[in-house]
Amino acid sequence: MTCMTDFERTFDRLNDVIQDISLGSVRRWKEQHPAGKAIAFFPVYAPVEIVHAAGMLPVLMSGAGDRLDIQHADSRFGSFICSIVKTTLEMAMTGHLEPLDAFLFSSICDSARNLCYVLKRNFPQMYVDFLHLPHSTSGSSVDFLAEEYRRLMVELEKLGGVIVREEALHKSIALYNEQRRLVRLVYELRARSPHLLRAWESYVLVRSGNFLPVEEHIDILRHALESVSSRDAKKRDSIRVVIEGSFCEQPPLELIRMLENAGCDVVEDDLTLAQRWFTRNVAVNGDPVRALAESYVHHSVYSSVRHDTGHPRSDGLADKIRRTQAEAVIFLIAKFCEPAYFDYVLFKKKVDEMGLPHLLLEFEEKLFTFDRIRTEVETFVESLVFD
Amino acid sequence: MAQVSEYRGSIHQQQKDMMLDWYQKLDDAAGGADQPTVSMMISGNCVELLEGFGAAPMYPEVNALQLAIRHQSLEPILAAEELGYAADNCAYVKADIGCMLKGITPTGGRLPKPTLVLCNFVGCNTYVKWFEHVAEFTGAPLYVLDVPFLRGEEPSQADVEYVVRQLKEVVELLERLTGRKFDFDRFRQAVAYSSEVEDLWSKIKHLSKHSPSPFDAYFDAITLMGPLYVYRASERGAEFFRSAYEELRAKRDANEGIYDREKFRVVVEGPPPYPYFRAFRDMFAKWNACAVASTYSTVGGLWEFGFRHDPDKPFESVAMHMLAQNVTNRNYLQRYDQIRRYVNEWNADGVIIHFVKSCRLFSAGQGDMRDYFTRQLGVPTLYIESDLEDPRYFAEAQTKNRIDAFFESLEHAKHAAKVGA
Repeated sequence: MTCMTDFERTFDRLNDVIQDISLGSVRRWKEQHPAGKAIAFFPVYAPVEIVHAAGMLPVLMSGAGDRLDIQHADSRFGSFICSIVKTTLEMAMTGHLEPLDAFLFSSICDSARNLCYVLKRNFPQMYVDFLHLPHSTSGSSVDFLAEEYRRLMVELEKLGGVIVREEALHKSIALYNEQRRLVRLVYELRARSPHLLRAWESYVLVRSGNFLPVEEHIDILRHALESVSSRDAKKRDSIRVVIEGSFCEQPPLELIRMLENAGCDVVEDDLTLAQRWFTRNVAVNGDPVRALAESYVHHSVYSSVRHDTGHPRSDGLADKIRRTQAEAVIFLIAKFCEPAYFDYVLFKKKVDEMGLPHLLLEFEEKLFTFDRIRTEVETFVESLVFD
Repeated sequence: MAQVSEYRGSIHQQQKDMMLDWYQKLDDAAGGADQPTVSMMISGNCVELLEGFGAAPMYPEVNALQLAIRHQSLEPILAAEELGYAADNCAYVKADIGCMLKGITPTGGRLPKPTLVLCNFVGCNTYVKWFEHVAEFTGAPLYVLDVPFLRGEEPSQADVEYVVRQLKEVVELLERLTGRKFDFDRFRQAVAYSSEVEDLWSKIKHLSKHSPSPFDAYFDAITLMGPLYVYRASERGAEFFRSAYEELRAKRDANEGIYDREKFRVVVEGPPPYPYFRAFRDMFAKWNACAVASTYSTVGGLWEFGFRHDPDKPFESVAMHMLAQNVTNRNYLQRYDQIRRYVNEWNADGVIIHFVKSCRLFSAGQGDMRDYFTRQLGVPTLYIESDLEDPRYFAEAQTKNRIDAFFESLEHAKHAAKVGA
């Protein structure tokens, strides 16, 4: 029983890691690795294997949630810009990014890209870079991306003074393959037995990997997967829903709990795409840089921040719905998130064609009252249960 | 009475005729004429390549802005919102999709289903979404030409090679879709015309260094931008820009400005509020304030600092234009630098930053831009917000008050400097 209690506390502990905007876990890693560099990246994806192979700690920074008042960033980004852009800049302007030595951005949206250059101007001591991740599966995209990754490697080598060896890169790829495999197992388990692992638990379990060293995260995932299956939990009378649209700015944890309490089993979501970005393992032989580029161009999960020629994202959502036998879709979209709102139109069209009910909810990371959303979700669930 | 603020010479009628002819060509294509058409974006467009197939470009932004200027954009925007587009989506896209749904066109003529939807993605992520939707709603084939964003000062060799390889893929695709063989000589000739037009356009832009400026490099530049994007790579385009340059140079030589007494010279950053274009212009005219340079007039290409297409390297120079010589694919700090050069070299009194809700590429971070110009460089700036397409976001009285207050303070500062001297 004691053991079980410890396990139950794991999720709260992991949530503390996620919520800590002083980046305690990163600071601890740096104390243990005095010459080590911490490399932040903005959602959704970055080639973490390259960062790891350079002896550095990759850290996915998804804003400050509701834990930081915006006092300076509003005047730099004005109206109609999403909260994550502002809280990220606010963190920088209030010294919260101090443990980070670099910040990487990629071609996900226009606001994030401009943030990259605003950071670059205001924080010249930090290595800030923009990676162009292709919106194409043209024959030349892999060549281009491999060159782009090599450019990043040179910059990291300059920053850390460590040459990135092919062997180290193969090892890093193998580690992250394992992390992605375990995360996929977490999601499979949740789709199969949502009563054994609540959505908020799964969320903190996976998302803590944004901050923790991959080796440590792999241990946590393994332990959780072993422990969860012996949990004594009862099945709930809930509807199976897929959450779509929260791939960048993150909703408050309370909102995820609320969805479950209102009668939804969240069997799939796009909250933590970074930890399962590839649909299959990255090759651990041959040229590792090219293997990473090939995987990005040809084996990425569908995402609102990437154009995939010949594979419409709405087909990706349809597959996800069928695979998880979902009964409804909740579009959970951050205010002012243009990529999500554009995709909503074609996603909605597809879900309508499939005859599935759907609900659109808008959130901000700084959401404190959930009454209105709770009422909407409860009404939605009731309409399905009593249909 | 409002100050007369507009120069209307023969180029205005010429450009109108040219744009109507272009719409007629599109109407003919819709009627079954053997006329391939390619949907493209204005920014960093590769219209030269299309000439190699005798294909006509279709620019959804041009359609959208024409509607807005004629006060007809709200209806299609609302139609798109009914379909599910959000208040926060780019209103250009909503107007375009709404028009498709309701069968509205800027001239009342027909628009064809494009032979190819070619997303020349340069910096603007919204373009990718927009063209995915156009392809979905028209059923036309889509090719996303992935142009790497300009991360450093110049594109790398890998960037250029990547774009060139894709341009060649587009050529193969268009050969299949049109059944026409790519005419390389015609392409090279088109690149030569572009080079000439760019030279003339650049000379025109440098005319506004003169005080008084013979034209407004924001409001009047827009008149010239239609022919620049549709006809740049053709003989007709070259003819037009030859006469435009002569006309404006003669004004400069005669010391004729937009205003009898030019009082202020400003640089404008950001697209205009097309639904209130006239009213907005009058707010500057009241103060005899002339835009001597603008970033918006460089979305399709940045030529005033020396870049030209090169007929000896046609594919490479088209790639360079897409990668590095248009404001949208250049990084944000390069835009700061572009504006700084305008202020210094065009001798401007201040910078007007127009935040448009629809366009985050332009607008996200403009508060930081203001901080750079006011605090770091000591250049007076005015920051105003509205939209380029959606009339619901233009607060006329508030905008006017802010513009008045800005010029009042500039006037006071000029007076104080004079007295102090």
